[in-house]
Amino acid sequence: MKYLDEYRDGKIASRIVDEIRRIQTKPWVIMEVCGGQTHSIVKNGVDYLLPKGIELVHGPGCPVCVTPLEMIDKAHAIARRPDVIFCSFGDMLRVPGSAGDLFSIKSEGGDVRVVYSPLDCLKLARANPDKKVVFFAVGFETTAPANAMLVSKAKQDGVNNVSILVSHVMVPPSIAAILQSPQNRVQGFLGPGHVCAIMGYREYEPMSARFKVPIVITGFEPLDILQGTLMVVRQLEEGRAEVENEYSRILDRDGNRPAQKLVASVFEIADRKWRGVGSIPKSGYKLRWEYRDYDAEKIFSVKEIDTHEPEICISGRILRGIKKPHDCPAFGTICTPQHPLGATMVSAEGACAAYYTYGRHLESKREELEAMASLGGAA
Amino acid sequence: MCLAIPGKVTETFTKGGMRMGRVQFGGVSREACLEYVPETQTGDYVLVHVGFAISRVNEEEARRTYQALLELNQLTELDVPEVVEPGAFGQRGRA
Repeated sequence: MKYLDEYRDGKIASRIVDEIRRIQTKPWVIMEVCGGQTHSIVKNGVDYLLPKGIELVHGPGCPVCVTPLEMIDKAHAIARRPDVIFCSFGDMLRVPGSAGDLFSIKSEGGDVRVVYSPLDCLKLARANPDKKVVFFAVGFETTAPANAMLVSKAKQDGVNNVSILVSHVMVPPSIAAILQSPQNRVQGFLGPGHVCAIMGYREYEPMSARFKVPIVITGFEPLDILQGTLMVVRQLEEGRAEVENEYSRILDRDGNRPAQKLVASVFEIADRKWRGVGSIPKSGYKLRWEYRDYDAEKIFSVKEIDTHEPEICISGRILRGIKKPHDCPAFGTICTPQHPLGATMVSAEGACAAYYTYGRHLESKREELEAMASLGGAA
Repeated sequence: MCLAIPGKVTETFTKGGMRMGRVQFGGVSREACLEYVPETQTGDYVLVHVGFAISRVNEEEARRTYQALLELNQLTELDVPEVVEPGAFGQRGRA
């Protein structure tokens, strides 16, 4: 079923907002899970288009943000080695560890490279047989199939000078952790579209039933977010708690089976630490025993590195929907995208960085958004 | 980082035992692994995440999603040059 025909049409946006206003009888707190959705909401002011009483809070779905500081320090320890070519996606390079970022290691002479795809590491390993190529395997379920293929192909082809530093996390356990918290405020979720393109949404169904919470798998365009919000509000007002799919033009209940199969053959589920949040049981992946020779943490003996995060940062509470960026005294003052103190400021998809980038630390921007909202929203 | 970028498959081939394709994103072309969407044919539109096609989409959806990503400044990963294998001639990157 197609819910919207013209996703960018202002009239449609108005109609959706009017419908939310018509059916809404009480305030609701809804969390968008995915960092791409957060970015889109803040850039387009979607939260200000919604009727008063519908509050969007920003979830943990930015993989760069939630990569723990100690993993970044481990990456640095490996990248400094003269025998290593350290590869990463570009957005991880700017994230500061305890002492500088990966760019600073490059300027000190380390061989640090940005790659487009994990498969590029296989090419680099073949071209540099005297070097050890290490890939920083960060991401949610969307990225896991790519990293799984790198390791699977390396093993199959006998390429032994490549390994991955795994910091893979999964969305459903983070939603469960939010719902189990005694401070939880979230009553409904906009689920992550491209994560579910891989995983489908079957695994969200028991969680929705157990916690009696609506979950609507949603795209990242402004009209997707409005439509997903309407579907969540409708469920809440009708007392239903189901998994629905707003993004059916991209994904179905089963997801991408070949990708799931390879991920399951390379990775197993493990406890993972989340920056700003701490350890969440069974919330990510580690390499299976059969692939232990491709585990950079073992190869370079960096397992013991353990780093603590600055205490002033409230990103853990922002990631769980308890606080908003401007509730933090450091936001926009001592904490900025150039000098981030914690998770939600380190990447453009983090709530604090998005608020900062689109001027929400400025009084004038807030007044502008409030004026837009008082005009009845969608233009 | 979890967003996938839509593009048009301009050729398909097998390399190193993997089903691969060339995918055109606006003015940029990239190699993409098609193992996860094995039914993909030349001329199809696919969503590509970090060099892997993960889903097929129709042309209209591809166009709209590409535009939305452009507005969100989420296409910068396509600026990263492709790694060229030893012995390969030239590089078919940014047009």
